[in-house]
Amino acid sequence: MTGEPKIVRPYGDTTGDGMVQLSFTLPVGKDGRADGAALQLARKMGLEPATVVHSKAMGPDFTFFVVYGRVSHLVDLSQVEVVEREFPVLTAKEVNLAIRSRLRRKLVVVGATVGTDAHTVGLDAILNVKGFAGEKGLEYYREVRVVNMGSQVTADELVARAKAEHADALLTSQVVTQKDAHLHHTREVSEAVVATWPDASHRPLVIVGGPRFDTVTPKDLGVDRIFGRGTTPAEVASYLVHALLPTAKVPA
Amino acid sequence: MPQTKLGLDPAVVRRARALARKAAAPVEKLAHTHTTVSVERATLRLAGVTGADATGMPWVNHLVDAVREQVGLEYGVALPVWHALASGEHTDLVAMAEKAATGGVRFALPTGKDAERAAKAARKAVGTGFVRIDRNRRDRNKLLAKLGDPPKPWIYLIVATGDIYEDIPQAQAAAREGADIVAVIRSTGQSLLDYVPEGATREGYAGTYATQENFRLMRAALDDVSRELGRYVRLTNYASGLCMPEIAALAGLERLDMMLNDCMYGIIFRDINPQRTFIDQRFSRAIHARAGIVINTGEDNYLTTADAVDAAHTVIVSQLLNERFGLEAGLQPWQLGLGHAFEINPDIPDSFRLELAHALLVRELFPEAPLKYMPPTKHMSGNVFAGYLLDAFFNLVGVMTGQGIILVGMMTEGIHTPFLSDRDLALENVNYVRNAVGDLAEDFRPAPGGFVVERAHRVLGESVELLQRIVDDGLLDAIADGTFGITKRPADGGKGLDGVVKKADGYLNPASDLLEEGRT
Repeated sequence: MTGEPKIVRPYGDTTGDGMVQLSFTLPVGKDGRADGAALQLARKMGLEPATVVHSKAMGPDFTFFVVYGRVSHLVDLSQVEVVEREFPVLTAKEVNLAIRSRLRRKLVVVGATVGTDAHTVGLDAILNVKGFAGEKGLEYYREVRVVNMGSQVTADELVARAKAEHADALLTSQVVTQKDAHLHHTREVSEAVVATWPDASHRPLVIVGGPRFDTVTPKDLGVDRIFGRGTTPAEVASYLVHALLPTAKVPA
Repeated sequence: MPQTKLGLDPAVVRRARALARKAAAPVEKLAHTHTTVSVERATLRLAGVTGADATGMPWVNHLVDAVREQVGLEYGVALPVWHALASGEHTDLVAMAEKAATGGVRFALPTGKDAERAAKAARKAVGTGFVRIDRNRRDRNKLLAKLGDPPKPWIYLIVATGDIYEDIPQAQAAAREGADIVAVIRSTGQSLLDYVPEGATREGYAGTYATQENFRLMRAALDDVSRELGRYVRLTNYASGLCMPEIAALAGLERLDMMLNDCMYGIIFRDINPQRTFIDQRFSRAIHARAGIVINTGEDNYLTTADAVDAAHTVIVSQLLNERFGLEAGLQPWQLGLGHAFEINPDIPDSFRLELAHALLVRELFPEAPLKYMPPTKHMSGNVFAGYLLDAFFNLVGVMTGQGIILVGMMTEGIHTPFLSDRDLALENVNYVRNAVGDLAEDFRPAPGGFVVERAHRVLGESVELLQRIVDDGLLDAIADGTFGITKRPADGGKGLDGVVKKADGYLNPASDLLEEGRT
């Protein structure tokens, strides 16, 4: 596009004025030094000139500041990198819509913690309505039917249930890593899946989650996807849409 | 506050309560005829059994598991345990539990004179727990009288670092900033542990483990700051999840002041078995009643999953059920911190009027309950400026409708655990509204037949209809059908059903007996 500047500055009320606002707290009582301390920080952050427009004591040892100032930094738009994701993270509404319009029935997810592992925290964070990090779990998605089998389920039980429920995806979570139990149990699941569905095109998606899978690839374990620490339900839901409903038109 | 602003029809209100009573009755019967592993463990905790093995598994778990394996729990844990203690082979219960953990204790159900002796000893031991709980209640009242009870609404702030030794200075800072109530959020997933962790804990995810020692440390720290500030700062934790009865007991033993304790939250949001939840809940509430603890119920949660306008009546229905279950368990109306929330989509027209109508309805329906009002979370978008405004409107409704407990809304809700400045700004918001609004409640009277009054009547009407359906279907079936919070929870599903045991004739639980005898 012609005419679009490649170099920009923050915009207050005039092109190129570089004005920004920020607020922060310093562990300094609101004495004579407080505002000067805030200005020093602002200057070091590249705000020149800067003005402390508000400072307020928060107890004897802290002061809160609101600062406005002009930054000297330039933004080079040609240098902005857009992170390529394997799949976009969708809202619950978008996930539901994608399932409704492409699958025309509920998407079935069967989950369990397999083997000796009794930790269901990860599985529940993804499946339970309560969810994780302020995000609701898969049960919250109207178009997803969740069967949560809980902990200490055998791989065969999980796979049998997945078959009975006509599962689209099979979720297992593994926390305990003693003697590589997490890898061992995951392989049990993938082997049981292959035994039950010899035709790979009819297999449900196999997803495993846990905090200690960083040394292996999905291929090593015979699963479709590994999710690590801090994964949110929305990421899993979005992945399900991405992997199971690849041609789904997702509203932007 | 006069209770006639909405002109609710007393006959409709009576009908709603009668239906709630009817809906609750079969579940109350279930709770009276069953016990759970956690109820039995709580009984041992009241008798002073503390501590855990090297892996952190508490001795109460070992004892209950051993008794269950050898004689079952149909008669309760008390008779076999105090019968074994009478043998004289064990110096005390903890020593016995240590032995039981490795299979070294033979338990049997005593009969005749042995049973009488065991029952008497059990009652005496468990009674010491109640002596302590009763003393704590008196101490709280003394401190309230001496230091002063802050005026309502009480300002409720949350602390959640995961490390009790970090929580303490934060809680004290929150109190100095104006918190009347400090709540320590629990570590993610504690509700699904079938044991209570032991000792002071420094690691937790998004919260701090509820343990007896953590309770003790925090209460002591708040006592210090209460003296400094000249007002009693209340401490809150969570009696929920698989160990609800035990945590209730620990709360009573360590003088906590308020406990989150909902009749259905664990079922809906944590997939805990409905029967387990209702049985555990009955016992926990009886303890809270005795300890003078105010419970907080969790209706606000329904509105985070369901639409706050469409599901407004499910909040009322749940409150009526929570009230019923609470009163049946011995709680007084002043102990019922029934929950609700400001969660209507701010983009819809008249959202503020709808919030006002709902809040006023709850206020007038439960005139003696302290009511816990929760700030917006679902529609806090990350735009901290808009969030600050929304929180101000929330505060306005709270003050205008006389809510007793206001959880302070954070403009950074959903972004991070609050910064020091977030809390300070949030309190500035509350204080401004409180000061500016003053006694507006006195002047405010919605127009008869107007939008607010009509909306409140409609929600109450829908609540009565839903209660009728619940009475017809049975509460457990209604929960199985997804009536609350859109999730379906069958009565035999979820976690913890294997910990439920039907009581046999001759079941003995001195804690339950002492609780029933001590009812006021």
